[in-house]
Amino acid sequence: MTYTFHFRDVFAAQDALLDGLLLTLQLTATTIVLGFVIGLGVACLSVYGAPWARRVARSYVELIRNTPLLVQLFIVFFGLPSIGIKLDVIPVATIGLALNLGAYAAEILRAGIESIPRSQVEAGVALGLTRAQIFRHIVLVPALKNVYPSLTSQFILLMLATSVASQIATPELFYAGSIIQSRTYRDFEVYIVIAVVYLALALLLRILLGLAYRLLFLRS
Amino acid sequence: MIRDLSWIDPLYLLFALRWTVLLTLLALLGGAPVGLLVAALGRMTKRPARLASRGYIGLVQGIPLLAWLFLFFFGFPIFGIDVPAWLAATCAFSVYSGAFLGEIWLGALLSIPRTQWEASASIGMSYIEQLRYVIIPQALRIAMPPSVGFIMQLIKNTSLAAVIGFVEVTREGQMTAAATLAPLTVYLMVGAFYFALCYPLTTYSRHLERRLHVAR
Repeated sequence: MTYTFHFRDVFAAQDALLDGLLLTLQLTATTIVLGFVIGLGVACLSVYGAPWARRVARSYVELIRNTPLLVQLFIVFFGLPSIGIKLDVIPVATIGLALNLGAYAAEILRAGIESIPRSQVEAGVALGLTRAQIFRHIVLVPALKNVYPSLTSQFILLMLATSVASQIATPELFYAGSIIQSRTYRDFEVYIVIAVVYLALALLLRILLGLAYRLLFLRS
Repeated sequence: MIRDLSWIDPLYLLFALRWTVLLTLLALLGGAPVGLLVAALGRMTKRPARLASRGYIGLVQGIPLLAWLFLFFFGFPIFGIDVPAWLAATCAFSVYSGAFLGEIWLGALLSIPRTQWEASASIGMSYIEQLRYVIIPQALRIAMPPSVGFIMQLIKNTSLAAVIGFVEVTREGQMTAAATLAPLTVYLMVGAFYFALCYPLTTYSRHLERRLHVAR
């Protein structure tokens, strides 16, 4: 092998990498929040909703889960302008990613809500709790605790999947990588650095979500 | 040249779908041995073997698939090997599916109680016989629903091979969209093709899961 590695060219572009990293973090954070809210809403609809609402919720989940994220992003990217909504690329990517995560989160949360035995809810009614209290303390919190590991994996997958948004020219980490690649021709080095950064982010996110679990569920 | 979208375009997309299917099959062919190795190492008593298995799963699952594709696509030429896009994609997807299948199969193996091993050993079965008649039949039933679920995941993810220029259904869609200036219609069609491919697998996976629970 006669190839010499030149990482210096890649690190010389650290500003571009840093900007990309910040946008990746921003995308991940906003998408997780939005996706969780969508997921919770859709999960509640598909458990408690009227029959037609359940059908709508199920269709949304199935449509998203059975098509690739890349194609979904293209559809949002080209679809929004055609119905007269013109947005910057970052909100477009956020909408696409949040709709995607929403469907997976809905499926996980639905399983969580359905894992709570009916007798628990009935015990809550017998104790005279209001419906809101029952939902919060007896259904939601234990359900979240049950499905927390699946939710964590899904959030990490989402963080890695934000790289796909580079394909609609969202200037996040992966896109920054391809820009540096086209300037320096250091293809392999660029993607090694990018891969290592993502790996570190994945580990960091796992640790953070583990800490969040302790704060949320193990206080007592 | 700009042209109108015509009745022939869905047909072209349909023809491109076979490359999606073929890439999925190649990835499974490459990923299954890797997955078996990961599962086998993961349930050994030696600590380094288990660490290697867990390390591989963590490494592959911690890096975006898009990055794996680019690493293989640009990595081979560095070693003086020129590979076509389909081969780079096959390598990347094999590495990727090896980690996910390995994790699923390892989980299935570990979920078989130790007493099953001990009981089969006590009636004089050899290691191979234990696997053949006692462990694998049980582990297979547990591993089937998530494995089928993963295949469906893999079909969707092969869309990323479009990015390195492998012409499967998404790439074909990109080219059609560029030629006809009707991206929304084209991508809705592409999405519909994926749905037609994945939904039966989702249903089948769910059916397997239900049957598993009834049998318990």
